[in-house]
Amino acid sequence: MGGRKKTLVGMAALMLLTAPLVAQSWAGDGPGSVELGSLANHYSAVTFDHAMHTGVATSCAECHHHTTGASPTDPTCARCHEAGGKSRSVACRDCHSDKRFSAEDLAKIEETPKMYHKGKLGLKGAYHQKCLGCHTTMGGPTGCQDCHTRNDKGDAFFNSGKYAPAPTAKAGH
Amino acid sequence: MKMLNRRSFLKGGLAGGAAIAAVGTSKQAGAAGQSFGGYPDSMGVLVDLTKCVGCRTCEAACNKEQGLESPDKPFDDLSVFEEKREGGLPRRTTEKAYTVVQKYEVEGREHPLFRKVQCNHCNEPACLTSCFVNAYKKTPEGAVMYDPTVCVGCRTCMIACPFYIPAYSYSSAINPVVKKCIMCYDTRLKFGRPPACVEACPQEVMTFGKRKDLLKLAHQRIGQNPEAYVDHVYGETEVGGTAWMYLSDVPFDKIGYDTHLGDQPIISYVKEFLAIVPMVLTIWPALFTGFYLLSNRKDALKNEDNKS
Repeated sequence: MGGRKKTLVGMAALMLLTAPLVAQSWAGDGPGSVELGSLANHYSAVTFDHAMHTGVATSCAECHHHTTGASPTDPTCARCHEAGGKSRSVACRDCHSDKRFSAEDLAKIEETPKMYHKGKLGLKGAYHQKCLGCHTTMGGPTGCQDCHTRNDKGDAFFNSGKYAPAPTAKAGH
Repeated sequence: MKMLNRRSFLKGGLAGGAAIAAVGTSKQAGAAGQSFGGYPDSMGVLVDLTKCVGCRTCEAACNKEQGLESPDKPFDDLSVFEEKREGGLPRRTTEKAYTVVQKYEVEGREHPLFRKVQCNHCNEPACLTSCFVNAYKKTPEGAVMYDPTVCVGCRTCMIACPFYIPAYSYSSAINPVVKKCIMCYDTRLKFGRPPACVEACPQEVMTFGKRKDLLKLAHQRIGQNPEAYVDHVYGETEVGGTAWMYLSDVPFDKIGYDTHLGDQPIISYVKEFLAIVPMVLTIWPALFTGFYLLSNRKDALKNEDNKS
């Protein structure tokens, strides 16, 4: 039990430490690249080439929904957000919580019965669904380690690399 | 004298048996009128199968959280999807894996569909119904728990489960027990936190919340995007409803889900029969003994008269 608590504290500390590492370098209409490291635990941080992706996307709204002032691409969202204007923040993490599964965040949803976007994704889900979804249709990289290499802790978690189980002599049944 | 003693003993038995039977039937009458339907504020998980990419992170998270034995193959080894057990069926849950991901190639679908399998934590579990030592418990939070200390290893629950979930630790020669997902009850659920697999999933395929809220969310999601889903929330009504529910873009019967389970909890099929058991055990012996005694009363009295 003590070990588990220690691991949890360690994970939390790691998250806190890496949070300020979301370094940005701005170029034109948005950051040139963004380091996505707030969730780095089993994997290294992702250096997201924002400038390159702005060249690929047809509209900012493809990733930023309604927040950049452009009309949302999804007609369901457009019903409310058509003329919403620019939001105060356009960063993913300002709407998609990186503590989506904490008891506090879950309680907040519970205590706000009128909240419309109850099923809003956390930061990790938002990244993965957006990135992987587009990469699948556009032919971008889709393997886990194509975007972030796994660290030693990750290898242990997946029982892979040097933590891989020894191959058994049994030839199956 | 001996004869009288025996008779008075049987008479007492008859009266007692009738009393017990009366209590039993009144209880049964009360229970038959209403159905349990699950705890009102129990938690659940909504699994959106359309979002799963088959990375097996949930399996790794489960293994670590529950302190299970190391797997036979690394969790990033995707060859396990091609493994087949007897009957050509995909992998199932085992004592070493409380959750497994299965891969289904669906005709007309561009990519394979991945399905996460674990205990569905039924509102009225069949495993619990079938267990004669009461090793199972449904907690108000929604988890179906199992107590290995009272289990006698009869494995009836494994046969009763409509989803083929409970596994058996055949590897243990001394104390084999049933092993299954407990929704991370002791480490997470009872503190209001979601199971480890839910949190570990990179795609956030799973949404954790109150079951009743998840149902609204599920139907909202289908309503807002009807082309993306079939109009069926698996687990909403199946076997009386389950805590884990699923959304899919292909009909559930095409991806290994049993769509013929019916909406009645398994207990409703056996409730009436089980209610008869105490009646048969208490009333019948007393009743037929009574008939026997009545028919023999004359002879017995005659015998006694002759003796005195």
